[in-house]
Amino acid sequence: MTNSRRGGAITALFVSTALVLAACSSSDSGTTEEPTTGATNGTASDAPNAEPVTLTWWHNGVAGDAGENALGDYWDKVAADYTAMHPNVTIDISQIQNEDLQKTRIPTALQSGDAPDLFQQWGGGEMAAQAAAGYLMDLTESNADDITRLGGGVAPWQAGDNTYGLPFQFGVEGIWYRKSLFEKAGIIEEPTTMAELNTDVQKLKDAGIVPIAVGAGDKWPAAHWWYNFALRSCSQEALNAGTGSYDFSDPCWIDAGDQLNDFIGTDPFQPQFTSTVAQTGATSSAGLVATGQAAMELMGQWNVFVYEGFTDGSDQAIADLHEDLGWFPMPATSSGAGDPTAALGGGDGFSCYVDAPPECADFLAYIVSDDVQKGFAAAVGGLPVAPAAAEAVTNPVLVELAQVAGNAGYVQLWLDTAFGPNVGGAMNDGIVGMFGGQNSSQDIVDGMTAAAATA
Amino acid sequence: MTALETSGVGQGSAVDANASAAGPRPVTPVTNHKRRDNIRKWGEITLFVGPALVLFLTFVVYPVISAARYSFYKWNGVSQFSDAEFIGFENYARALFGGTDPDLKQAFTTQYSQPFWEALGHNFAIIGLSMAVQLPLALLIALTLNRKFPGRPSVRVIMFAPYVLSEVIAGVMWLIIFDPNGIATDFMHSIGLNPPAGGWLEDQTWAFWVVFFIITWKYIGLAIILFLAGLSGVPEDLQEAASIDGASWWQVQWRINIPLIGPTIRIWAFLSLIGSIQLFDMVWVLNQGGTTGQYSTIATYMMQIGFFRSDWGYGSAIAVIMFFISFAVAVAYMLVVLRNDNTDRIRKAR
Repeated sequence: MTNSRRGGAITALFVSTALVLAACSSSDSGTTEEPTTGATNGTASDAPNAEPVTLTWWHNGVAGDAGENALGDYWDKVAADYTAMHPNVTIDISQIQNEDLQKTRIPTALQSGDAPDLFQQWGGGEMAAQAAAGYLMDLTESNADDITRLGGGVAPWQAGDNTYGLPFQFGVEGIWYRKSLFEKAGIIEEPTTMAELNTDVQKLKDAGIVPIAVGAGDKWPAAHWWYNFALRSCSQEALNAGTGSYDFSDPCWIDAGDQLNDFIGTDPFQPQFTSTVAQTGATSSAGLVATGQAAMELMGQWNVFVYEGFTDGSDQAIADLHEDLGWFPMPATSSGAGDPTAALGGGDGFSCYVDAPPECADFLAYIVSDDVQKGFAAAVGGLPVAPAAAEAVTNPVLVELAQVAGNAGYVQLWLDTAFGPNVGGAMNDGIVGMFGGQNSSQDIVDGMTAAAATA
Repeated sequence: MTALETSGVGQGSAVDANASAAGPRPVTPVTNHKRRDNIRKWGEITLFVGPALVLFLTFVVYPVISAARYSFYKWNGVSQFSDAEFIGFENYARALFGGTDPDLKQAFTTQYSQPFWEALGHNFAIIGLSMAVQLPLALLIALTLNRKFPGRPSVRVIMFAPYVLSEVIAGVMWLIIFDPNGIATDFMHSIGLNPPAGGWLEDQTWAFWVVFFIITWKYIGLAIILFLAGLSGVPEDLQEAASIDGASWWQVQWRINIPLIGPTIRIWAFLSLIGSIQLFDMVWVLNQGGTTGQYSTIATYMMQIGFFRSDWGYGSAIAVIMFFISFAVAVAYMLVVLRNDNTDRIRKAR
């Protein structure tokens, strides 16, 4: 009886698995057909009679408002190219919106024990927690060559001595500005110190221009100001004590809040900034800069694409925008133990699920290979991690941004990503409380310390 | 609402049971029929109740029990639950009074307990304000709309329209209206006033009241429609008799109509009470309860900490606290306020 029941269950499992596989392989979008002919490059899995393998892949390349999807299309091509070289591999792609993917889909899939083989990975504390729970494949040995070739950019995807993910994109943040508005306010040079920035803020205000847009309604854009002050105030040791063991006893964390409080006191932001979101609509902070309503915004490398989204999409409009768009790194503060050349940054990568077939690591190696990285820069306009692909970046602002990243003393991962959602979330809430006039510098650190005690 | 439905079902089945027990069938001593009837009865029960019961157990009872279980653990939602640390009632203590650890009490009180009580305070403020503002307003509109005048159906539809709109659509609409560069700001400027300094939906003083205004706009339609339905059940001859005796319009409303729709008003108040405790979607769409929790509710607070900060054990404890508050308030209201209405109905049924 037991046996027959188990037999039935196995049959049911087999049938349902077959159905799922059939459904996956017959879906139109995102599935790459197995080619009938294909080049083989001689590894074991490439033999014509190798076992068929299906890799499931979840990434965040979804279509924009106008239906364009440069990233998603490029990943489809990468998967098709790979399966052409490895006819036994089928890649089943799901394109999922970034926040849904990070906050809901991946955590739930990992919990269920039925996770995708290859999935988006942002690195830092969240990845470390996934690795500690035993969900991630250790790529340290299988992808040793890639890790060496990509260099320091891999650090956020490492926990302890092991590597659990590889990045395909990495960039640092700085301040985007409209050259025409700077000109109108009589600003000739990009500010390099906070004192110069404060002077420029005043010049812009005198000219009736909103100096800086910030999407404090979304919390994290406001928090990035504090991160940058912390980067200047704290030594790398203090930052590592924070990210490594949630030790925020160094007074530099309080100092970061004091500097931010002073800066907010100079009233550099647009009115009602805590009601402004970062990217949605023309009244968002990005919209204000893109439409010339505000002069500056502190943001990551992706914002050039967000600004482009506010044009009519024509080549001329995008060219005009690029012509008028400048970028400079976060100005240096007058004091602080931090390296003045250090930069804040972050990126996107992929991890393999612990039970994924070995082809996952091989495909990931292909994704971060020099040629695919060059193609990524050319087709998507992103900032690749592989040093050999740097020449494929053509946008002058992104070239400058890549140089700043290359010359940085070190690049600190976004603090909220580095701390993970619990402490990172408490930090962002505390910082936006300071923007709302509710929190002191001490309150921010207290919130982080309290959250750390619950982790 | 759930409690109400449950009690309704309970009464219904009790009446059915009595009816079949007192029915004429048992008089005929045909045991075969009886057994067949019995099988049929259970077959029908299984067929009709089974699927709903399975869904209810899977998607309501099981998650409730799971949440109660998670609430006793320190769990980040990422690691395996089997590795989570059992900490007893510590999550509850952290929410209610800052926990039991003397070293962390101060920090936990400011960071966790105070926001929790503030969120709960907002829920109860909305309950109080609903009774104080929405009830008289809805009653006044319903009494007015109960009179015959040209265009009355259109006005009724317009009054009810916000309630039919999806929460998210209505929320986004108000977000656009109250945008820093939106028409509400423009209007204030045009009449020579300044909008709230921190923004309509973020100002420490005004945000809560703006949100209460939006909630009132959204949900008052339900109250009006319920009251109108109640008023349509009031016999016209009573009103005519009062008018003939010289009662003014106000006296008719005050002495006849309002007392007679008492049960409807009490049911609306019950729905409003439960809705206010569980208030989530509209507040969430309006920037998740405010960047500093200016209008957070217990449900948005649970979502913020449990889900977005991955503090699943604590979030589950908040969920369980919310469950008990809803439950206690619902039961208390049914026992104290609705008891007379229910007794009346049962007496009438007999």
